[in-house]
Amino acid sequence: MSPVLSGVLQLLALVAALALAHIPLGTYLAGVYSSPRHLRIEKWIYKGIGADPDTGMRWPAYLRGVLAFSLAGVLFLYLLQRLQGVLPGSLGFASIDPDQAFNTAASFVSNTNWQSYYGEQAMGHVVQTAGLAVQNFVSAAVGIAVAVALVRGFARSRTGELGNFWADLVRGVVRVLVPVAVVGAVILVACGVVQNFSGIHEVGQFLGGPQQWNGGAVASQEVIKELGTNGGGYFNANSAHPFENPTPFTNLFEIFLILLIPVSLTRTFGVMTGSPRQGYAILGAMAAIWVSFVALMMWTEFAHHGPALQAAGGATEGKELRFGIGGSSLFAVSTTLTSTGAVDSFHSSYTGLGGGITLLGMMLGEIAPGGVGSGLYGMLVMAVVAVFVAGLMVGRTPEYLGRKIGTREIKYAACYILITPALVLVLTAAAMALPTPGDSMTNTGAHGFSEILYAYTSAANNNGSAFAGLNADTQWFNTTLGLAMLLGRFLPMVFVLALAGSLAGQQPVPATAGTLRTEKPLFSGLLVGAVLIITGLTYFPALALGPLAEGLA
Amino acid sequence: MNTSLTNAARLFGAGLRALLVLTVVTGIVYPLVVTGVAQGLFPGKANGSEVTAGDGRVVGSSLIGQAYDLPLKDGQETPEPDLRWFQGRPQNGLGTNTVNTRYDLILSGATNRAADNPELLQWVKDAKAAVVKDNSVPGHPVRPEDVPADAVTSSGSGLDPHISPEYADLQVRRVAERNGLPVARVQRLVDTHTIPRTLGFIGEPRVNVLELNIALEDLKGGTAAH
Repeated sequence: MSPVLSGVLQLLALVAALALAHIPLGTYLAGVYSSPRHLRIEKWIYKGIGADPDTGMRWPAYLRGVLAFSLAGVLFLYLLQRLQGVLPGSLGFASIDPDQAFNTAASFVSNTNWQSYYGEQAMGHVVQTAGLAVQNFVSAAVGIAVAVALVRGFARSRTGELGNFWADLVRGVVRVLVPVAVVGAVILVACGVVQNFSGIHEVGQFLGGPQQWNGGAVASQEVIKELGTNGGGYFNANSAHPFENPTPFTNLFEIFLILLIPVSLTRTFGVMTGSPRQGYAILGAMAAIWVSFVALMMWTEFAHHGPALQAAGGATEGKELRFGIGGSSLFAVSTTLTSTGAVDSFHSSYTGLGGGITLLGMMLGEIAPGGVGSGLYGMLVMAVVAVFVAGLMVGRTPEYLGRKIGTREIKYAACYILITPALVLVLTAAAMALPTPGDSMTNTGAHGFSEILYAYTSAANNNGSAFAGLNADTQWFNTTLGLAMLLGRFLPMVFVLALAGSLAGQQPVPATAGTLRTEKPLFSGLLVGAVLIITGLTYFPALALGPLAEGLA
Repeated sequence: MNTSLTNAARLFGAGLRALLVLTVVTGIVYPLVVTGVAQGLFPGKANGSEVTAGDGRVVGSSLIGQAYDLPLKDGQETPEPDLRWFQGRPQNGLGTNTVNTRYDLILSGATNRAADNPELLQWVKDAKAAVVKDNSVPGHPVRPEDVPADAVTSSGSGLDPHISPEYADLQVRRVAERNGLPVARVQRLVDTHTIPRTLGFIGEPRVNVLELNIALEDLKGGTAAH
């Protein structure tokens, strides 16, 4: 079997597994977020929080819950890192410096998981499991909660209430993320992922002399890192590390985990709005983008353009042999089209065009299928814009799922879409204009520019992967990237929730013969077009300076 | 003013309590349960898949690549490969980057050099020349175009335990000659240690260098340790 065929078969296996799994999981999720009943453990948790889970919240209250919880997360994680030096179970690692601790706290709370530190040399057991891994769970649950609030906006009428944030948060953790994570973690351990609490210790080597081993609760963190589209690796090499991703099967399984919830949420959307076909239309647009990106990536990586790769005879630099070029390409596309940012191979050493594909995937706003929750609400905002454009073309008031898309709705959608490009382009320009940030580049010329563009794109879109040639542990990068992550996460949420509130307050208009049929494949096509034109054109000049210049050189 | 401050404080308090409760669930109970199950069901794998040589010593992990080098001589900065043993993906001569390339478990990472990076191009050329020189035996020269890509590029983790069957085959004559073994015996060793794709299509065919070298040590008798 040729490596190309193996890559294509892995792609098909993944599509089949997701097609099978997303319907039951998506339906289950719809039930979780609609059920009036509380589990006993949930009642205990609500008592601990001191919140009434049955109070309906209007959008400002829902937003305040999101912000208060996330602010607590940033402060707690910051303090935990600053105190690491005096905490037990820290493997002797020192406290993290203020700028890096801020960056890491912002990074994990915003579901970005950008890392400017070396995991195995900086973070002990306590920070990893009680700090970083906790945010892997709760930041994912926050993302799902906001997406569900937007779906409720489409599903409810003449009420401003979007549900209860605390209930959505706790249910996401207790009924969805923890059960799947336990099963997934055991599967990963069975394949060789480590799970222990041993310290740094020495083990013999074949030709004598010791090698230093760093244990840890890796499997339990690895599984939620993928499932919650977080991406922060236990080790510096992330999912390329054999202790995080030991076999070709675990590689495929981890990609499956990355895509599982974002894909299932389209089903949840369909079920909760009473029309599963609306969910399929959204999923169709996501799948079209994802499959074509994978195909492009495999094509360019197997063709291995670029002097060093031509000399080597294959694009294997920065890739693990067991995954091969096919498995690595699948992972790279899936991690950048979601907000994951975990890597099983190093994007900086991909072909020029391959690196450009990972960049473009993030620039599209990570909506195919996107991060947990953020993928669905990002795509739904795009759908609102697509409906609006279609309405302009035929001269009708645009409607989506019976909701009128008026001035207010389109303003919220436009603000949502403008935030991330503004953050990326302004901060990249600032970094290029100032004298010192450029010193962090490993590569020069077009690729050096791509390193910085990639860093801000990754941060503002809450991805977290890197063209890791960039030395990002400087005060400038720690601070500006930290701000980009927080603003890129929470400002869009403001507009999503405002949009949801506005939609939920409407009286639905009945569908007529002139209504745009948003459950048809034609709409999926329109949606893909809107995504590509809006974000593609926004970033085209920057892409032309970096990966396009490199790929065409 | 005062009421809005009180409200903000109350809200932040709720956020903080929610975080602490969920930290107990996902940061303490969850990892301990998973660790308990993992240690109970798969203790070997949960602790790093240690492997032992024929004489019973623990010689590393089957998942983590190692360097098979001669001891460092005085004045040398990078050790030379011990050509009696099968070699993994490049770790020597790949320059001065601190991460990767030394099979140091506590320093995982990649070179992060771009496809058009002149340094990477030079490393690839140097590695290819070294593979050709090291593996050419009298009567059987290795041609540069026979060298597979994994033999001259470093991996994502810097800890790749595998090489391609092509690179293992390329090393057979050298290993046989250096150890005074028949070529056919060594070739059979490589063939029996070639791992196929999972289920026939997942991943790439590969050879685990540590396990291959352990088998080679058994074939020779005696211990490999310097």
